[in-house]
Amino acid sequence: MNDSVPRDQPTIGHPWPARRRWMSILARSTAERIDALLAGCRPVPAHTILRGPEVGLVMTRGRAGGGGAAFNLGEMTVTRCTVRTETGLAGHAYVAGRDTRRAELAALVDALMQDPDRAAEIEAAVIAPLAQDQARYTAERAAKAAATRVQFFAMQTMRT
Amino acid sequence: MAYVAVKGGEQAIDNAHAWLAEERRGDIATPALSVRQIEEQLGRSVDRVMAEGSLYDRELAALAIKQAQGDLIEAAFLLRAYRTTLPRFAHSVAVETGTMRIERRVSAIFKDLPGGQVLGPTYDYTHRLLDFSLLDDNAAVSECATAVANSDVMPRVPDILGDEGLLEADVVSSREPGDLTREPLTFPAARDVRLQALARGDEGFLLGLGYSTQRGYGGSHPFAGEIRMGEVSVEIEPAELGFSIDIGDLILTECQMVNQFTGSKTVPPQFTRGYGLVFGFGERKAMAMALVDRAMRASELGEDVTAPAQNVEFVLYHSDNIEATGFVEHLKLPHYVDFQSELQNVRRMRQEAAE
Repeated sequence: MNDSVPRDQPTIGHPWPARRRWMSILARSTAERIDALLAGCRPVPAHTILRGPEVGLVMTRGRAGGGGAAFNLGEMTVTRCTVRTETGLAGHAYVAGRDTRRAELAALVDALMQDPDRAAEIEAAVIAPLAQDQARYTAERAAKAAATRVQFFAMQTMRT
Repeated sequence: MAYVAVKGGEQAIDNAHAWLAEERRGDIATPALSVRQIEEQLGRSVDRVMAEGSLYDRELAALAIKQAQGDLIEAAFLLRAYRTTLPRFAHSVAVETGTMRIERRVSAIFKDLPGGQVLGPTYDYTHRLLDFSLLDDNAAVSECATAVANSDVMPRVPDILGDEGLLEADVVSSREPGDLTREPLTFPAARDVRLQALARGDEGFLLGLGYSTQRGYGGSHPFAGEIRMGEVSVEIEPAELGFSIDIGDLILTECQMVNQFTGSKTVPPQFTRGYGLVFGFGERKAMAMALVDRAMRASELGEDVTAPAQNVEFVLYHSDNIEATGFVEHLKLPHYVDFQSELQNVRRMRQEAAE
């Protein structure tokens, strides 16, 4: 399952790789899909919004030559939200784009995933299906790309 | 004499904008174009507006294209204006193009490079004949082929050639990069600032400049070492979390241009590199950017600076189409007073010449 998460940067030494993984999956999911999957779970606790959801920018960076000194490539829109459940857990979300509902749901699910009583259920009912959606999309694109990979033929020389 | 009364245009302006809205909509017997349709079906326009607007948001770029009636510079202008209304939360960790989820990857210098040549959804090898079947809005699109994707790593060309020292290596730096959106452009401009300017520069301008280097104006014998397009993850490290998280993906095009270099007093003969990286599927732009990036490195590499593309000030002061359009188009605003004074001057000179 972990392989379904696009992961560009090494996670060795990351203090909380499991949370990083579910936040990555939530960041790539639509509000409608998260909502629909949550509907199949036990009722979620009431939550208050501590911050946002608010739309802002992240300046993305590249590296000169691909591996050299960093430079500012350009900005992207991002929405962030922080919630606190009545059970006392704080959930955070930073998700690409301007969908405030998505940011709020991602923050809520982040909080639920930190609850030992709910984590297994939410993982199975929400995170895993979302991860499968994303893995399917990635695999479809990769399969189309693979079909356009050039197969060179070794030409036999005409000399006899 | 500084001002003349300029009043009375309000009604004309309102009426002009109302007519513009009507013209934008076009014949109401034709269904309105949805932003979603632009996003899905005019993807290369969306990519270009995001790149030159320097804001990655497909829906906003599509909206800007609709609002600007397809005028892509006007649309990029709208994005630049919009971004000023938003706070900046963070900057990203530098994206890792080496682990890009590749949709296209070609090299003109190695036929059998690891990972292979992947053509992707390309216009290359099409015959550039109009496809009249597209006149039929309901024409079915045949399903494209798929194949088993192998999990070969796709090393970047510098990672292949670099080991032998034949190809210039990347110089890692922990210096905080300059940011044109925060500090005005100053000279000499370092490569980080130049790359930022090129990434958001006008494709047409960079294409022309890149072309000029090929035709001998600062030639540097380029080879397209590698072009890759695909998706990369964007990571940030929010202070309140204290660890890095993914916030989503960007589609990017990267070009590694490899150039002959005969060496200098300090550098042995080797291949040098120009670099291009742009938002979206922007192969032409990425290639032009890489050519111009390499050309602008002339003085760093001890080459004579003789051509426009090598002149950093010339390139950076003129590559931004929002600035360029602002200054060119301001000429149409009222210059009545300036012109009256010029007119008086010319009349006086003619009178003096006649006397």
